[in-house]
Amino acid sequence: MSVPSPGYAAPVPVLALGDVLLVTLQGDLHDDTAERLRQDLTRRIARHSGGRVTGVVIDISGVEVVDSYLGRVLAEIAASARLLAARTVLTGMRPAVAITLVELGLTLPGLLTALDVERALELLSGPDPAGARAPDAEGGG
Amino acid sequence: MQTSPGTAATILPIGSDADLAWARHQVRQAAAALGFGLVQQTKLITAASELARNTLVHGGGGHLEITPVAHGKARGLRLSFVDTGPGIRDLELAMTDGYTTGGGLGLGLSGARRLVHEFRVDTRPGGGTTVTVVMWLAGMPVPRPGTG
Ligand SMILES: Nc1ncnc2c1ncn2[C@@H]1O[C@H](COP(=O)(O)OP(=O)(O)OP(=O)(O)O)[C@@H](O)[C@H]1O
Ligand SMILES: [Mg+2]
Repeated sequence: MSVPSPGYAAPVPVLALGDVLLVTLQGDLHDDTAERLRQDLTRRIARHSGGRVTGVVIDISGVEVVDSYLGRVLAEIAASARLLAARTVLTGMRPAVAITLVELGLTLPGLLTALDVERALELLSGPDPAGARAPDAEGGG
Repeated sequence: MQTSPGTAATILPIGSDADLAWARHQVRQAAAALGFGLVQQTKLITAASELARNTLVHGGGGHLEITPVAHGKARGLRLSFVDTGPGIRDLELAMTDGYTTGGGLGLGLSGARRLVHEFRVDTRPGGGTTVTVVMWLAGMPVPRPGTG
């Protein structure tokens, strides 16, 4: 077929901001791209074990659809990060995506959320209430 | 329910990862062309993504048929996911939240059903699976299933 496939087939870039890894997802992610990102992130966190990477921020403001596959990959990233003593914050979820996820029945355990990247970094610069699942619910917006 | 006059069905192969992305893209185009709002589009594409992946992973591949439909004044989009795979032995069980025979979350079928207006599965052990869903445009009377 001569029509190019939409969205990514290329790897997702991972940016290091001090001790935080920042990932910006955009467009339509192919399944294998999401899976490659999971492996890449886990490796990068593990390589720095000893406390170098303390957080991962995944910005999905450019993502129009989160299905159970991508949802599971995100939850798995958070779970591996947690085992390696890093927290994962999901930012920028579109309202239509949030509404859809609730109806789909997909909860994202282990993922903290923030409205934008700035607030995510703020959250990560605070103390890690090790084991606690969510930050102060009042301030969570 | 009738297919809308002057609009042909679109048939897309589902045989790879890239086909899933292409199917999502085509469903979005069709839904936007009909005037679906953002939330409805997102729900329909998400349901389509779940069902197309089932066609690929559990059904061994197949195709998706996208058809604009009409019922009186109501306008909608019908999506049929067709495979000739092993079929579903216990449909009721497969429709249960959390039930999976693979490594999934088991939310595909049950979750997709919650996202659309009409949902039907035709399957037979050894005889393949066809899942058909319909989403009606918001703001129009939603026809009762089975009256078409
Ligand atoms: N097209 C199909 N052909 C054969 N079996 C199917 C098909 N679609 C679904 N199934 C069966 O129904 C089960 C439930 O499907 P469902 O989509 O809900 O969950 P899943 O695909 O296993 O996981 P998830 O979609 O959450 O990743 C599957 O595990 C599979 O056994
Ligand atoms: Mg599934």
